Amino acid sequence: MKMGMLASRNSTKAVIYIVCIFLALISIFPFWIMFMNATRSTFEIQQNSVAFWPSTFLSSNWKILVGKSFNPLTGFMNSMLVSTGATLGAVYFSSLTAYALVAYSWKLRQPFFTFIMAILMIPAQVSSIGFYQFMYSIHWTNSLWPLILPAIATPAMVFFMRQYLMATLSLEIVDSARIDGAGEFYTFNRIILPIMKPAIATQAIFSFVFSWNNLFLPLILLTNNKKYTMPIMVSLLRGDIYKTEYGSVYLGLALTVLPLFVIYFLLSKYIIAGVALGALKE
Amino acid sequence: MRRKGINYAKYGYIFSIPFVVTFLIFSLYPILYTTVIGFTDLRGLGRTDINFLDNPFQNFQIILTNATFQKALSNTALIWIMNFIPQMLVAFLLTAWFTNRRFKVRGQGVFKVLIYMPNIITAATIALLFYSLFGYPKGPVNDVLMAFGLTDEPMNFHLQKWTARTVVAFIQFWMWYGHTMIVLIAGVLGISPTLFEAAEIDGASAPQIFFRITLPRLKTIVLYTLVTSMIGGLQMFDIPKLFLLGGPDSATLTTSVFIYNQAFSGSYLYNRAAAASMIMFVIISILSALLFFILRDRDPGRARRRERELRRIARTLDGEVSV
Repeated sequence: MKMGMLASRNSTKAVIYIVCIFLALISIFPFWIMFMNATRSTFEIQQNSVAFWPSTFLSSNWKILVGKSFNPLTGFMNSMLVSTGATLGAVYFSSLTAYALVAYSWKLRQPFFTFIMAILMIPAQVSSIGFYQFMYSIHWTNSLWPLILPAIATPAMVFFMRQYLMATLSLEIVDSARIDGAGEFYTFNRIILPIMKPAIATQAIFSFVFSWNNLFLPLILLTNNKKYTMPIMVSLLRGDIYKTEYGSVYLGLALTVLPLFVIYFLLSKYIIAGVALGALKE
Repeated sequence: MRRKGINYAKYGYIFSIPFVVTFLIFSLYPILYTTVIGFTDLRGLGRTDINFLDNPFQNFQIILTNATFQKALSNTALIWIMNFIPQMLVAFLLTAWFTNRRFKVRGQGVFKVLIYMPNIITAATIALLFYSLFGYPKGPVNDVLMAFGLTDEPMNFHLQKWTARTVVAFIQFWMWYGHTMIVLIAGVLGISPTLFEAAEIDGASAPQIFFRITLPRLKTIVLYTLVTSMIGGLQMFDIPKLFLLGGPDSATLTTSVFIYNQAFSGSYLYNRAAAASMIMFVIISILSALLFFILRDRDPGRARRRERELRRIARTLDGEVSV
């Protein structure tokens, strides 16, 4: 009987590994095809669209790609500016707001926290018409500021930072800093922020990736091609001028996600831990 | 030197100012503005004047009886269900396997990293990538299907309503089941291990442990996932917009794509789009209220467990940061 149980456990384990490997391959397959086809000519792709090894047409694909409307360097620079700016604003001011909620007892503290919980899930999309009209009337439609500044108020991040501070901060540290004569602002910048480093690191990654991937608002606001971000560059590849340039389209797609792949494979440990941490806000 | 009787409470207000001011300018004002536009005749590029309609609810009536909007709503619901059910099933299956102490699945870290990966990749890029992958008559998916003899003829996924919807739902599934799995695993790891040990000593089988112990304790997390996924699903935009531009025959047109098309792709019907946005806002607010009740503070025991778990993860992260 024991042998039978062992045998069935082993066959269950075999099934588990087969399913997991299959799912892992499904995650990799689309991106593998994308990177390989980025180096192949349209003719090769038409002959056989699945290839496991690269070909030699990377530079000619690049020439065709940048010869039309797709400008990877402009897109990269704009996306970098937006994502870095939004991330810095979001992590700094979310930490500051969370600190206000944890370290001080003020009359409106609890109502303010309830308010943050209430607006936690309101997406920017539902106010996009008013947002567009507002930006239009102050001539900010082709500016990157409306993509950066709203990040200063990120309720979900304040919520996360508050939970983190509640679990890790002892107010004795704050008190001893006060005894040493430190100002409140100095205490936050020099003592609290370093304590929050792990939380800031994970939230910064998510904030950066979120900004980098954002399509809706940039698509509405930006009409000047010098201001285009990466996802808008991607949407250009959907146009007729790239219709028959298979290799170049794959190359364009690969370029937009290359930074994400680098970030992901360097930091996947933190990212996975960050998702798990976020789940604990149950 | 510490001055006696110093009032620190004011710093609570001061440190909250940037958040509040930003929220008022970039969130609240646009929401109110959108609401107002919903009651006006505002259409056409470059207008900012406000003229209220004689029948203030005209835009809302037109939108609610608009066949395309109704179709967009039902498409959104349909595609969301088609992605959510398999997503939950697969995520639960993997969670059951990965947290089972008898199986001890090796290489879990690698599987998690690969399965979660699509979640952080630009949705716009994924939409176009799948457009190419499902190409007709030559495309990687058709090539693979033919090579394995699953079809004799290449399939035109882009032209059939149901294949198009299925591909969009599959993309959503593929991007999110890894995320859901990690959330569920975190939930299982938060359950006290003594419960599992006791069950094992009593000779409970793996399915018994899963259905009798694990599942009931994941109720909150599953509800949380359900509501956040619904709110996210209501905003589905990038994939349907770029995969088939809402086609074929509006089969993948979602409410967000509908709103975008009303306002920004040639017709400039800002008032109608604003009315549709407000309808979505009401639906999302109801769902948010639900979430609010799920998230509100629980009994102290649960709060302590959560705190312990947060500390544990914080320590691990801290250790890794300093390496």
